[in-house]
Amino acid sequence: MYVAVKGGERAIENAHAWLAEERRGDTSVAELSVAQIREQLALGVNRVMAEGSLYDPDLAALAIKQARGDLIEAIFLIRAYRTTLPRFGATLPVETGKMACDRRISATFKDAPGGQVLGPTFDYTHRLLDFKLAAEGEVAEAPRAEPREEATPHITEFLQGEDIIQREPESEAVPGDLTRQPMSFPAGRDIRLQSLTRGDEGFILGMAYSTQRGYARNHAFVGELRIGTVAVELDVPELGFAIEIGEVELTECETVNQFKGSKTEPPQFTRGYGLVFGQTERKAIAMALVDRALRWRELGEDFLGAAAQDEEFVLSHSDNIQATGFLEHIKLPHYVDFQSELELVRKLRREAGEDEAREAAE
Amino acid sequence: MANDEKNTVADEARRGWMGLLSRAPEARLMELWQAYGPQPGFDWLRRPEVGAVMVRGRMGGTGAPFNLGEMTVTRCSLALADGTVGHAYVQGRGKTKAEVAALIDALMQTPAAAALRVAVLDPLAEAMAEAKRDRAAKSAATKVDFFTMVRGED
Repeated sequence: MYVAVKGGERAIENAHAWLAEERRGDTSVAELSVAQIREQLALGVNRVMAEGSLYDPDLAALAIKQARGDLIEAIFLIRAYRTTLPRFGATLPVETGKMACDRRISATFKDAPGGQVLGPTFDYTHRLLDFKLAAEGEVAEAPRAEPREEATPHITEFLQGEDIIQREPESEAVPGDLTRQPMSFPAGRDIRLQSLTRGDEGFILGMAYSTQRGYARNHAFVGELRIGTVAVELDVPELGFAIEIGEVELTECETVNQFKGSKTEPPQFTRGYGLVFGQTERKAIAMALVDRALRWRELGEDFLGAAAQDEEFVLSHSDNIQATGFLEHIKLPHYVDFQSELELVRKLRREAGEDEAREAAE
Repeated sequence: MANDEKNTVADEARRGWMGLLSRAPEARLMELWQAYGPQPGFDWLRRPEVGAVMVRGRMGGTGAPFNLGEMTVTRCSLALADGTVGHAYVQGRGKTKAEVAALIDALMQTPAAAALRVAVLDPLAEAMAEAKRDRAAKSAATKVDFFTMVRGED
């Protein structure tokens, strides 16, 4: 039950003033600029763009500053801002096969054309704190080598040549959009992928990990992981043709899963797919694993009762803004609800007491 | 027929410069534009407006489309004094950048095109290609060279 209550305005105003002061912190320490956050906390910025579902590094950096580094709060700010923007249309699907790759690795094919390119990775670092970063200093220039001019082919293409991996059916169908229509179940793979790519990294990671530990067993190899930029093209009605309207950095992961065949499909390799804004490798791999687990129905597999196979469970709980909204609302004033609960418990106690007294008397 | 072909070539050229302008770093574009000099008068057909487009991907990279997430875009349209119309769709929320991009789009359809190409578009394209090449060169330096260790006894 909700009852309007008045009061607390001054307390709220003062709390927000204090928040602003705490956000700034010790004024003898230099203030962070939005550009510093964008450039130096880029992976946090990427996560906010991916889960905020809006590609704009400056806005994401601003949101991180405003949220004092609380990334879910920052994602909340981006989602709220997003709803104020008119939508000009939808782009042509990005062509990840033409990606300018910073990084491109495969765990399945050592000698894939284009090679194993590590890019700016944390892999193979020793995970020891680097105290040199605590002091200011110049960074040595990264080495250069002869750049690759041609596009790097997708690794699944090679398996497709042999016809031992499931083909992605070609289609130009207009995909569903969960920001426009409420989700309904069973959901198509288009809606599942949209939901996963903007879902909470921690949640998707946990779900993916559960499949590795044996819930909805599907042993996945990373067929390919690539990070880089792709051009974004939009059909512009006033021109009558498509133009590039910018470029976005993406992480793409394709998993290759062994598959013994089912009632409807021959033995072959199957695929899971992850595509996420920014350099967001953990999320993209996790997304691919969960995508694969959710495909049991279309591949004619059995439902094993695992949470990661249950699309209603996964899709209804992956959005951290919905989750935090519902979770955190219980801390807001519920005085009247609670007052009635209190009355009820008191009444039950009173009745129980009366019963006891009666029994004692008898 | 010949006319159609001419249109296709013209559209392709326009596609080229509009794409270049949308991806151009704002600071560099403004610098080159200021240096170019004459700032023509124009009328707004549509004032700069910030909005979003839904970016799509494909399942498995090649399959059916799905919605990946949105991206900020600024668009505007204007007409030069002689009636030539310029449009802009640029990434991000740069209203000034959109204005300049639309002006250049219009001017590229006038006799100013050759001078503008030399003063603004070519240097932009070169700088952007160089930045791209440099990134690819850093990436290439992280390519793994495998070598096989000798195993077992000989």
